[in-house]
Amino acid sequence: MALLARPVSRTGLGLAALAVLPLGFLVVFFAWPVGAILRLGFVDGGVLGALAEGETWRLAWFTVAQAAGSTAIAVVAGLPVAYLLARVRLPGIPVVRTLVLVPFVLPTVVVGLAFRALWTDGGWLSIVLANAFFNVAVVGRTVAGLWAVLDSRAEDAARALGASRWRAFRSVTLPALMPAITSAAAVVFLFCATSFGVVLILGGARYRTLETEIYLRTENLLDLTGAAALSLVQIAAVLAALVLGAAARRRRESALRLRSRRETARRPAGGEWAVVGAAVAVLGLLLTPIAALLVRSLSTADGWSLAGYRALSSTGNDGTLQVSGWEAAMNSLRTATDATVLAMIIGVSASVLLVALRRSPGRLARGVGESMDAALMLPLGVSAVTVGFGYLVTLDALPGDLRRSPLLVPLAQALVVIPLVIRTVLPVVRSIDDRLRQAAATLGASPARVWREIDVPLTFRAVVAAAGFGYVVALGEFGATSFLARPQTPTLPVAIAALIARPGQLNNQMAYAACALLMLVTAAAVIVIDRLASGRVGEF
Amino acid sequence: MSIRTGVLVGLVAALTAGCSLAGNDTHDGPSTVTLVTHDSFAAPQQVLDAFKQQTGITINVVKKGDAGALTNALVLTKANPIGDAAYGVDSTFASRALSEGVFAPYTSPEADRGPQRYAVDSEHRLSAVDVGDVCVNIDTTWFAAHGVPEPETYDDLVKPEYKDLAVVENPATSSPGLAFLLGTIARYGEQNWQNYWTRLKDNGVRTAAGWEEAYSQDFSGSSGKGPRPIVVSYASSPAAEIGDDGKPRTKALLDTCYRQVEYAGVLAGSPNADKAQKVIDFLLSQQFQATVADNMYVYPAREGVALPHTWTTAAPLPPNPASLPADAVQAGRERWIEQWRSLLGQ
Repeated sequence: MALLARPVSRTGLGLAALAVLPLGFLVVFFAWPVGAILRLGFVDGGVLGALAEGETWRLAWFTVAQAAGSTAIAVVAGLPVAYLLARVRLPGIPVVRTLVLVPFVLPTVVVGLAFRALWTDGGWLSIVLANAFFNVAVVGRTVAGLWAVLDSRAEDAARALGASRWRAFRSVTLPALMPAITSAAAVVFLFCATSFGVVLILGGARYRTLETEIYLRTENLLDLTGAAALSLVQIAAVLAALVLGAAARRRRESALRLRSRRETARRPAGGEWAVVGAAVAVLGLLLTPIAALLVRSLSTADGWSLAGYRALSSTGNDGTLQVSGWEAAMNSLRTATDATVLAMIIGVSASVLLVALRRSPGRLARGVGESMDAALMLPLGVSAVTVGFGYLVTLDALPGDLRRSPLLVPLAQALVVIPLVIRTVLPVVRSIDDRLRQAAATLGASPARVWREIDVPLTFRAVVAAAGFGYVVALGEFGATSFLARPQTPTLPVAIAALIARPGQLNNQMAYAACALLMLVTAAAVIVIDRLASGRVGEF
Repeated sequence: MSIRTGVLVGLVAALTAGCSLAGNDTHDGPSTVTLVTHDSFAAPQQVLDAFKQQTGITINVVKKGDAGALTNALVLTKANPIGDAAYGVDSTFASRALSEGVFAPYTSPEADRGPQRYAVDSEHRLSAVDVGDVCVNIDTTWFAAHGVPEPETYDDLVKPEYKDLAVVENPATSSPGLAFLLGTIARYGEQNWQNYWTRLKDNGVRTAAGWEEAYSQDFSGSSGKGPRPIVVSYASSPAAEIGDDGKPRTKALLDTCYRQVEYAGVLAGSPNADKAQKVIDFLLSQQFQATVADNMYVYPAREGVALPHTWTTAAPLPPNPASLPADAVQAGRERWIEQWRSLLGQ
């Protein structure tokens, strides 16, 4: 008995210590606030009644349908881009890597307005396209991450045996890429199912999703019962998507022979140019709304003008903002840094914990690991307004009344970034062969030395890539930030939304110039990160 | 590897050095009053600084969405308020805040200089700070160029010559949209407003989710140069659309205005009530009231405060706006929005 218990309890103790940080964070800054708001809904009663309403299920259906449509389009458009990033050796590929991420951070209100300018009565189709626009980068970069290091010899062998290029792709490469594709699709589906600003602007009030309806009922109507019922439906849908995504990731466990991109990338030939053409077309489509924004930032009723850009050093027409556009940009950089540091600490420790749980003997530990993985992803699927109102009703119980603290914004942003960090770091941590560690330990290395010599070097690039992606997401985060940011320290997306909500040409131009600034900051961040991580990317 | 690690460590160090985790600048000192307000709040720093000079009180501004979201945040946190005073609860939401006991009674000595006109409760828990009128705006250039007479009243909007020319906001998602709906209810009454909206719909009215889309994309009079020359906006909007010739390009129809009054009050349960009262006095003072037109596009509640020069021609205060009693709005709001939604098929 004692013999059996000792090793288990020591591992157990280590795991428990590791679990305190991510679980503690999740409980205090997510489960408790969200639970408190849901409870307010239940106290009033009638949640079951609201669940039974036909309207609830109509909303759920439209939410799922539009998200599925956007995901399909993002995957179809993202695959040629992934090919371009992973397999093609042509000048300008690094620029493309940076450009595809820019749409991902644009404020939804701006993209919503840009798409509305293209199709005034686009209805659901423009919602689907706008959501896909945001997420092509997720598919492109996630799939490219795997594709770039996939051994091409099996495909070459198939070709040598007489298979056409298309046939070789379909029966050899595509199956190998499938886990990355489904994993990306699950994340894109989550983003689209919970996208808010785009649906509100492009759907008017005709096309509504669970997310926009939760917002309406919470923020405008204070109908917490209805909001709670809809939140439950949304959480159920998100859990379903997470389970599907997890199933897809599990298949990725099968070992793949990986090679470096330098060996696999080459100049395209023959029919491959068609795929390159398709990728270029996708890029062109992604850049169209961006170009429209830039044009808008430069045009006035009387011709071209740089007034919007000059105004970035002011506080807007008649002091719309409390700080200048540049200061807002600095705030964005600072809060995104805080959020990323927080998210990295929690996300990396959670990844290590999840891998340890998965490796530990016994089905219970593995089951706990799987549930924890899902729980850590859940923040992506819960409405920002629910989290924001939840903070208001709970966080005063903590010392120092956190509700008035400037830390609140990074905390909320970290909540969104942590799942992305885990999805990027976890697969790499998982792929480290435990035998390496055991060998080092056998040779007398201390646990700290094993960690320094084996784990850190092997996961370094994935960790940097995760930090970069997280940083970009935090830069663009709007939902929770707009609810929590203080006027003295707005982030760029918050400042843009404030500018665009005022009449007058200069405010409008300045809003679009601030968008250009946000894109520039994003691109610079991506370039730095890509340099550091140089090529190796996890699931993103 | 080691070079890269060095770069990364350096980068992280540089970034965290400037990071706000270290510095906690909440200004939550004993002489700080936290003023909870809505997203449209804006005040010149000099005026806030001057107030601090006079009283030693620092105003820490916290914004919480629009008037509705602000009210709801105050209601949800009434047991332990997020601030000491609140500004921006408007006549549409005042009843909810009052019936939930969010505010403490306080009669400001400044209130008899005009704000009293808009009083909503006998206990003076709320003091009027500003008034804003939501009115139909038109693009005067468009009407001149197309030789169509300018519309003037609600009734005009349903006439055939104005078919497919108007854009309004959805009252469920937009506060000017809600004000316009309330304006039509005030004008046509509980019995007939739905009839009016049916005619408006048959006349091709377009609905947008929010003011941003309606004004900057659908409306032809803004810099967005949209297709429609009639939009629901504010009486003050034309002041922002003045051309190089100094003449306004748009105009508010003064017979279609609905008045929203914005209030401020001391939050019940604030440990800082005496200082919060000083902040209410400040919001009603000549000094602050003189800034509201330029900074928030609303009209001061105080009497005798001069409007900016451009406003006197482009955006005069509407003389006879409509309005509904706060408790009537509170009682009807949800039902009217629901009826509007099914009427417009939204």
